[in-house]
Amino acid sequence: MTPLLQVEGLSKRYGAHIGCADVDFTLWPGEVMGIVGESGSGKSTLLNCLAGHLAPDTGRVILDTRAHGPRDTLTMSEPERRWLARTDWAFVHQNPRDGLRMGVSAGGNVGERLMAVGARHYGDIRAQAADWLTRVEIDTARMDDRPSTFSGGMQQRVQIARNLVTGPRLVFMDEPTGGLDVSVQARLLDLLRGLVRRLGLSVVIVTHDLSVVRLLADRLMVMKDGHVVEEGLTDQVLDDPQHGYTQLLVSSVLHV
Amino acid sequence: MTEYNFAYLDEATKRMIRRALLKAVAIPGYQVPFSSREMPMPYGWGTGGVQVTAACLVPEDSLKVIDQGADDTTNAVSIRSFFEKVAGVATTESTADASVIQTRHRIPEAPLVAGQILVFQVPIPEPLRFLEPRETETRTMHALEDYGLMQVRLYEDIARHGEIARAYAYPVKVEGRYVMDPSPIPKFDNPKLNMSPALQLFGAGRECRIYALPPFTRVESLDFEDYPFTPSKAAGHDCAICGAQDSYLDEVITDDSGGRMFVCSDTDYCATRAAQMEANA
Repeated sequence: MTPLLQVEGLSKRYGAHIGCADVDFTLWPGEVMGIVGESGSGKSTLLNCLAGHLAPDTGRVILDTRAHGPRDTLTMSEPERRWLARTDWAFVHQNPRDGLRMGVSAGGNVGERLMAVGARHYGDIRAQAADWLTRVEIDTARMDDRPSTFSGGMQQRVQIARNLVTGPRLVFMDEPTGGLDVSVQARLLDLLRGLVRRLGLSVVIVTHDLSVVRLLADRLMVMKDGHVVEEGLTDQVLDDPQHGYTQLLVSSVLHV
Repeated sequence: MTEYNFAYLDEATKRMIRRALLKAVAIPGYQVPFSSREMPMPYGWGTGGVQVTAACLVPEDSLKVIDQGADDTTNAVSIRSFFEKVAGVATTESTADASVIQTRHRIPEAPLVAGQILVFQVPIPEPLRFLEPRETETRTMHALEDYGLMQVRLYEDIARHGEIARAYAYPVKVEGRYVMDPSPIPKFDNPKLNMSPALQLFGAGRECRIYALPPFTRVESLDFEDYPFTPSKAAGHDCAICGAQDSYLDEVITDDSGGRMFVCSDTDYCATRAAQMEANA
């Protein structure tokens, strides 16, 4: 089996400051990889480098593309990268406002990726958008409403539908449950877990919430000051942390 | 006529504009930046169109200027007298006799022929302007042919109004490549852009952009397979003056008690037809 994503020696510096340094990992098809760490540890920098939003200084990001097999996404041309971002990739932002068009109806938001890859039949686009909104538990009666009239949890679910509609194989998530209250978080996590398992998605999920990775992630990477300090199976890392920082992280979770 | 250089602009400026025009003709539908000059009229009055016309005019030309199809509205009269004064070229109201036609918001009804130049005044050259506010991003989108967003706008129209509600400045795709704003012409005129034997030039003065459609360029209006493009106009009326059924109509309010009439917006077309009917009678 070829790995879906292979990252080798990825580094990104902001001047003298380290964003992330010497990150290596391999993601296999159908696997969910969690990246945890405190604010400023380089999680989001790493994710943005992987998704092509930032250009890293060194390293390789080899993606097993649907059309051409393993390719380094960093040396690809911009049109190819954008095409990937509309087909094979998906990116779920922490704040739905960054990932949605607030002035466009929920149906239009979900349909945009379809139209961007060439769909030109209104009826088909609308049917697919309605299907996906149903899958993320949004009433189709609200599909012509703008996301600005939706609650935070609904907006996040629309964003997820919008990203998954073209059947991506690799989903990047940046704190998908951040900013939501706990009961809404639980529902969203439940939904995400169902979708990931049913569609066999590969996911790289960045979060500082350990319960999120406990529920979703197969494997875990712990970052501190731009470096990966510990890596392993989620339960193994969380139940038997080896690195001092991971021990601190795990022990600082409040149990109610 | 010694106070001005021919057609107002100095020769260096005309050369700069002609270079932009050549590039625009070479890449149909692509917006070429040019260093737009201050003209002796306010922005929004057709400063872009006037500069393009000035760069195209030769002393033998016969110029026609229309505004919303009419030869006798303020904008048209001012620009026509401007060029009479600064270029001394012949002017005409007849579409067939004109070699250069500057227009605001219409394409003449009478078919254009090879050798004619149609100059459009463009307020907003960027078709993606109100969808994506960043100019750097819209330029990238044009470069990468990333036009999904334009389709989203049409989708939104159908979702909200049951049809594509855009009635003017209806976006077109040029030669299967660039999406272009045809300036605020009614969508009734869009089919006239396609495969026109005349050269069509677009000038946006405030925005400093020039773009062009060379003769016989394929121009398609964007649509959906199940919601095809329809060039619409006021339905169920003929022109009250000349009886034309095939022309674009203006609704004219005639009194305070709801009286109204529909007349051709192209005054030359209407007058020609009316004169013919009188001659035949």
